[in-house]
Amino acid sequence: MKYAIFLGCTVPVRNLSYELSARRAAACLGVEFVDIPEFSCCGYPTRSVHHETSLLLAARNLALAEERGLDICTLCSACTSVLTEASRKLATDEGLLEKVNRSLGAVGRRYLGKVRVKHLARVFYEDVGPDAIKNAVKRPLDAFRIASHYGCHYLKPSEIYDRFDHPEVPKSLDELVTATGAQAVDYATKKECCGGAILAVDEELALRMARAKLDDIKASGADAINLICPFCSVMYGANQRKIQTKYGAKYDLPIMYYPQVLGLALGIDAEELGLSQNPVKPRAILAKIS
Amino acid sequence: MERGSSAEKDGVVVTVLDPKFKYEIATEPGGENIKYCFQCGTCTSGCPVAELDGKYNPRRIIRMAILGMRERVLSSDFIWLCSTCYTCYERCPQDVRITEVMNALKNMAVRAGYVHPAFRAQAELIAAHGRLYEVDEFTNEKRAELGLPTLPSGSPEVAEIYGMTGLASLLSGKGA
Ligand code: SF4
Ligand code: SF4
Repeated sequence: MKYAIFLGCTVPVRNLSYELSARRAAACLGVEFVDIPEFSCCGYPTRSVHHETSLLLAARNLALAEERGLDICTLCSACTSVLTEASRKLATDEGLLEKVNRSLGAVGRRYLGKVRVKHLARVFYEDVGPDAIKNAVKRPLDAFRIASHYGCHYLKPSEIYDRFDHPEVPKSLDELVTATGAQAVDYATKKECCGGAILAVDEELALRMARAKLDDIKASGADAINLICPFCSVMYGANQRKIQTKYGAKYDLPIMYYPQVLGLALGIDAEELGLSQNPVKPRAILAKIS
Repeated sequence: MERGSSAEKDGVVVTVLDPKFKYEIATEPGGENIKYCFQCGTCTSGCPVAELDGKYNPRRIIRMAILGMRERVLSSDFIWLCSTCYTCYERCPQDVRITEVMNALKNMAVRAGYVHPAFRAQAELIAAHGRLYEVDEFTNEKRAELGLPTLPSGSPEVAEIYGMTGLASLLSGKGA
């Protein structure tokens, strides 16, 4: 299991604890990551503005992985969707591939259409598997209840992800949580979007979207929210205090990235998982664990 | 009166409809299936944005686009409110792929000169730094302290791609 690790824009600058824990937990389970310094933005943010530019940015990133003979493992769900879609289109549409290569040639790149893309959580779910995770657990998190937020681009559009999990009745993250010994908590708005994509367009509306979900998760009695996307973490982590102030609510709901949850169960030190850098720290969990 | 979209007729302002608009959308990447919409409303009923704010209504946007309300659709703020969650995309019985249609409309709006300031800012940052956030010295120092590999700041190839596709000149307002 060897992948080019694709960090995207947000993770390596603003979500270092996600990156840190992803590297540590993956290494523990035999997933090897190769860094490609020339990777750029995946292309997702330019999609709304200019489709062709977005496709070329994605194709260039795919070409960089292909030069090294590697598939890509992504941490951000938006990167996952734009890179997966590009890789699938370019693998099946020769005319498009040719056209893309005419442009990539101008920056000295060429793509043959061979790279596959997988989100980190899908790598844990499919390549490692919940059973192998269960066997590797050294410190079962059985005292905790964890609510998973799937977000949108990890599973949808389902056709580009071969429906490895059901977009309407998802279970992969809950199974990954259960594998650590923790209890996976169900809640009504499980599939709802965090609102991150419209934060810069209509902040009030975006915060109301996140708030509805925080209300629900709080009511479920979860000890923490399990996240797999840096944008969702902006909404539930970094903006949690803002939402509390604005709406007079009180959540104090810790956010955790899945590799942090997994890492704790694997016995990795909390500091090495960057837990002290999370916007809302899981203090109660850490106090009970150490 | 909205620019180019309405005309005065016997004292009543009517929207000028462009019957070609839907065919144009259908040639745009992602807009191919717009004409299949039969207005069932499934998209709107599951849309998390519409649920909280009635000013956003995907079914209505598709209807307006099919009717040919070119300027009203392209100049509206509401097309930028799609959170791209793909809920409607999964559920639409006609495979209209609304999320992609919204993207197609946004692309067309940009070419018509209506780029939303938030999206313009993002596109410009990526051109300048190769990423949405600049990897500055401070970030690299922090990364190194944590034992993470440092990253180059900026990507000349990305800037070149912007020049090649015409996005750079679109953003600078010089036309593509
Ligand atoms: S769900 Fe599809 S067919 Fe129904 S109104 Fe929306 S776009 Fe049209
Ligand atoms: S993709 Fe856009 S239009 Fe469709 S349900 Fe989500 S927010 Fe609404």
